[in-house]
Amino acid sequence: MEVLDAAFAALADPTRRSILARLAQGEATVMELAAPFEMTQPAISQHLKVLEDAGLIIRRVEGTKRPRRLAEAGIEAMDQWLAMLRKALEKNYDRLDGVLAGMEKHAKGKKR
Amino acid sequence: MSKMTLKTEGDTHIVVTRRFAAPPEAVYRAHTDPKLIQKWLLGPEGWTMPVCISEAKPGGKFRYEWANGKGHGFYVTGEFLELSPNKRIVHVERMYLPDPTPDNHVDTRFDADGAGTLMTMRMTLPDSETRAAMLATGMERGMEASYVRLEGMI
Repeated sequence: MEVLDAAFAALADPTRRSILARLAQGEATVMELAAPFEMTQPAISQHLKVLEDAGLIIRRVEGTKRPRRLAEAGIEAMDQWLAMLRKALEKNYDRLDGVLAGMEKHAKGKKR
Repeated sequence: MSKMTLKTEGDTHIVVTRRFAAPPEAVYRAHTDPKLIQKWLLGPEGWTMPVCISEAKPGGKFRYEWANGKGHGFYVTGEFLELSPNKRIVHVERMYLPDPTPDNHVDTRFDADGAGTLMTMRMTLPDSETRAAMLATGMERGMEASYVRLEGMI
């Protein structure tokens, strides 16, 4: 549970979700991860530390580079996150069903 | 019958389909009339849309602002490119988080399906990285949801 809480806390930040999304496409160095953001490398490194502490990403040593990749827990956390997103979208359309039903009632009421 | 589908297509597309019991005229109206949009385009529980501007005409602009009542908020702006009443809406939009995201080109079709409507919304992002980031940051808006695993994650 504690691990899961740390994972969701780590995912609460849009920059960190974007970093995970980037890593979903494959291993990347800090420089590559920093490129899409207008952020300094230390700022990105701080986000990477949070993700690493939450067990979502893994660091590898390759000479002077420290490329990161998604950990198994990171894949699972992203999956759960995406399932939550899907639910939010489904909620919109369920609400729209209600709005449409109300419009029909209104139109019928007018005809009478 | 109301089951939503969401899938990625190619490198840059996201396609959402959903059936509705109401005819295309009503579903189209619910997507263009600000008073109706404000009632449903809200994402997760607890969010409201205090500002909803929608000039549904070619070249018209729209702006949606969301708030969660706890001091958090964000907004989307966009322009309508093409409108075929009761049939199709083509627009571009971007989200401010607070920096603007790359433009998302959205083509939404409303096809009669028995007494109801089949809606098909096709989004096109500039590149695969933008699409992945959008799927991963869509929570606040509740629109870019995905059950589909991000490519390469499995």
